[in-house]
Amino acid sequence: MSLFSNLNEMHLDVLKEIGSIGTGNAVTAVSSLINKKVQMNVPSVELIEFDTLADFVGGPEIILVGVLIGISDDVSGMIMFLMDIDTAHNLLGSVLSSMGIEASTDGSLSELELSAIEEISNIMAGSYLGSLSGLTNLRVRQSVPMLAIDMANALLSVPAIEFGKMADHVLFINSSFSVENVAVNGYFILVPDEDSFAKIMRSLGVEL
Amino acid sequence: MTKIIVGMADLKVDRAPCMLTTLGLGSCVGIALYDPASKVAGLAHIMLPDSTKMQNNQNLAKFADTAMVKMIQDMAAIGANKTRLRAKIAGGAQMFSFNSKNDDMRIGDRNVEATLRLLKQYSIPLIAYEVGANYGRTVELYADDGRFLIKTIGHGNREL
Repeated sequence: MSLFSNLNEMHLDVLKEIGSIGTGNAVTAVSSLINKKVQMNVPSVELIEFDTLADFVGGPEIILVGVLIGISDDVSGMIMFLMDIDTAHNLLGSVLSSMGIEASTDGSLSELELSAIEEISNIMAGSYLGSLSGLTNLRVRQSVPMLAIDMANALLSVPAIEFGKMADHVLFINSSFSVENVAVNGYFILVPDEDSFAKIMRSLGVEL
Repeated sequence: MTKIIVGMADLKVDRAPCMLTTLGLGSCVGIALYDPASKVAGLAHIMLPDSTKMQNNQNLAKFADTAMVKMIQDMAAIGANKTRLRAKIAGGAQMFSFNSKNDDMRIGDRNVEATLRLLKQYSIPLIAYEVGANYGRTVELYADDGRFLIKTIGHGNREL
């Protein structure tokens, strides 16, 4: 029995709303971090089969920056934030320049830049989870962020395996936003474990 | 030559000439089986070690145990001899360095362990493997001679 097989339009709308508010908060956090106007597109929320998952982030072998944060307490599981390399550089450029540091221009990422990315992702995930917690009245605690840069499919295998334990789909939130005309492509994947998923829905008055 | 792409939680078999590939294995394991006499090749991209531990287990290619059985059957159906099969495997990485003893986080290791156990159970010799570490791997299995290529980002390419 797949976890998602009983989901109807209304359930998906609820999840979409969580994604939308969560991403909105995350983007606002970035905006205040870099002190620039950030524009957000309406996020899309989809249930995607494992097979086609990577197509939504540009292909299975495209190189992405992935930050994984474990979550615990009332809701347990993990949240992953993915962005393409250009996005990482664009974000870094904005953040570091606001602190008077010059970002590297040769396409590589320094130690400092990697930890800056971890921290940005941490702040974004924190605001995302904060809104999840606020909406559901459930406590959510986040662990230290972990970063990896690799092929999309290899990074996606981590949340996909978690979802794979309960379904044949991944709940995927695609959020893109732009910072003063610089496009930024980011993707959130929230992976509550099975009990937590039911808890989230129930707290929003939706019985699965 | 036909190129056949094996997705995540998927498996494919075919006869030479063809190349079976699966892209960006992370913690998943790519199991390549090959019969050199009939030149029948099979490649599975498994995500989890054990279907019997899960309620949602209809997708046979998702689990090491059910994928192994199905792949051997499918290969036999197009001319492979079970006793001639040999295996090469890759994947089972830990993409993020969790500082935790949580078993869930060692899923790559567990996928590899399950695969090794199953190969032993079905008496299929393991010819070569590259597993573990913390990076993704794309693999290609050539049905004409059974060679198995591994491609990575920043960790070199190899032929097994």
